[in-house]
Amino acid sequence: MKELTVISGKGGTGKTSITAAFAALAKDAVFADCDVDAADLHLILKPTIKKTMKFPGLKIASIDKTLCIDCKKCHDSCRFHAIGEDIQLIRESCEGCGVCAYVCPVNAITMVDRDSGFAYLSETRFGPMAHAVLHTAEEASGKLVTVVRNNASDLAKQQKKNLIIIDGPPGIGCPVISSITGVDLVLIVTEPTLTAIHDFERIFGVAQHFHTPAVVCINKATINPENTSKIEQYCKKNTIMIVGKLPYDTTITKAMIHEQSIIEFSDGILTQKIRDMWSKILEVLNANG
Amino acid sequence: MILSVASGKGGTGKTTVATNIALSIGNAQFLDCDVEEPNANIFLHANITEQEDIFVSIPEIDPKKCDYCGKCSEFCAYNALAVVRSTVLVFPELCHSCGGCELVCPKDAITWKERVIGRIEHGQTKGIDFYHGILNLGEAQAIPVIKALKRKIDKNKDVILDVPPGTSCPVIESITGSDYCILVTEPTPFGLHDLKLAVEVVRHLSIPFGVVINRDGIGDERVEMYCQKENIPVLLKIPERKKIALLYSKGIALVKEAYEWHEMFGLMFNRIREEVKK
Repeated sequence: MKELTVISGKGGTGKTSITAAFAALAKDAVFADCDVDAADLHLILKPTIKKTMKFPGLKIASIDKTLCIDCKKCHDSCRFHAIGEDIQLIRESCEGCGVCAYVCPVNAITMVDRDSGFAYLSETRFGPMAHAVLHTAEEASGKLVTVVRNNASDLAKQQKKNLIIIDGPPGIGCPVISSITGVDLVLIVTEPTLTAIHDFERIFGVAQHFHTPAVVCINKATINPENTSKIEQYCKKNTIMIVGKLPYDTTITKAMIHEQSIIEFSDGILTQKIRDMWSKILEVLNANG
Repeated sequence: MILSVASGKGGTGKTTVATNIALSIGNAQFLDCDVEEPNANIFLHANITEQEDIFVSIPEIDPKKCDYCGKCSEFCAYNALAVVRSTVLVFPELCHSCGGCELVCPKDAITWKERVIGRIEHGQTKGIDFYHGILNLGEAQAIPVIKALKRKIDKNKDVILDVPPGTSCPVIESITGSDYCILVTEPTPFGLHDLKLAVEVVRHLSIPFGVVINRDGIGDERVEMYCQKENIPVLLKIPERKKIALLYSKGIALVKEAYEWHEMFGLMFNRIREEVKK
């Protein structure tokens, strides 16, 4: 089984629209939305949820004030400043380490499951999908990414699919690392803007750090041809394969407005280019053994 | 006034809005809290004159004292320690520096060492006191860098915070304590969906907020209808124009191109200030 993750460093370069197009093109694949912070893939794939699972996230402290002797040991020991002088828990700050429960001399604190979100197993018109929601102001998005990836892998095993396509989050931190570690290939979607180029170089560094092979798609390449050639030079210098160079085309936004993948929405030049890119990606995936 | 500029969805124009406001009002402090992908200085060109490393503490095990009882790894909620026969493995990227392992160690075998995870840089540009945080590649935790950055806030100044995308911990850490939050979105289904998530976050934190619609005209009316229904002020609309996209691609701020933008961002800022005074 192969895993492909679509990432970008900078947000808004077109990760999800491209992932949705791949979903429409792929045969025998499972889809996973690992941008659990702001998941959007479901808006195009419109999954029917088959199974919902609670995501407990990290534990959280629960203080029984009737037992508390106000010794303030918990307040003094918490490195996250999650327990106030008044021995009230500050929910957003608690990282679930359990130090407070350990130091409490009267066992007034217990660590309980936190209700951090839901993970879903679903079916879409293109195949099975694993996705999730993280509740407002909850933590542990990296952990939820791992849950989604494990769910996708289970779906693939059960339904005998040989590929998992993962829509990754923006940035380079914990949820991104959880989305790319151990996958067979990452596709970095960038665009010819100075900001996206800066972010592309950083995310490529992260992929290298974790020894994950990477290929590149230059989206909206016609916006600034000069910057596009800068990206091409950078890729050449670092021997990164460019699998697609897509023109700026508002058809992809129109497809999104109609809640369709571009493959379903149009037969135009952009669709053709994405098809070509998909063939190249499959070649790379299969060539890697 | 502390003004943060956020969005659920990435790439909607947070940095555009934050930098143009700062350039319009001048005499402000600017903190780029998107430490995973800090981009504001591409537009602001601050001359970096100072930098400081950001450290976190991670446990170090004294092999002379340790008897490999495994209590530390059992306690660690983040799986940052593993005891394998006569070795204790420490996974520094997973450690949250809670101090629990040291507390539970019966042999007093744990001490702390500092590890660099990123840095903060400081400089000046056009009357703007500029800071940004940079998370090192391969590091998972943005929070300590954001916390260090926020300690630089000068409350006597107008402070603009450029916030990372998303809705989870780095966003909460960045926007907590703000007097007002601008949510930047685009008029598309993705923009609307993620705007709703961002609205939940600012409401949860009880921060007054308004919306800026970027790339206006590219999509449909649903974002505006939503704002109307929810009584959320639309502070500014930035039209979808090839010229604007080109300027952005070159790292040129809108206010540098046309004075009308200078005025519009300045007016928006004044409107927000009035709102906060109430």
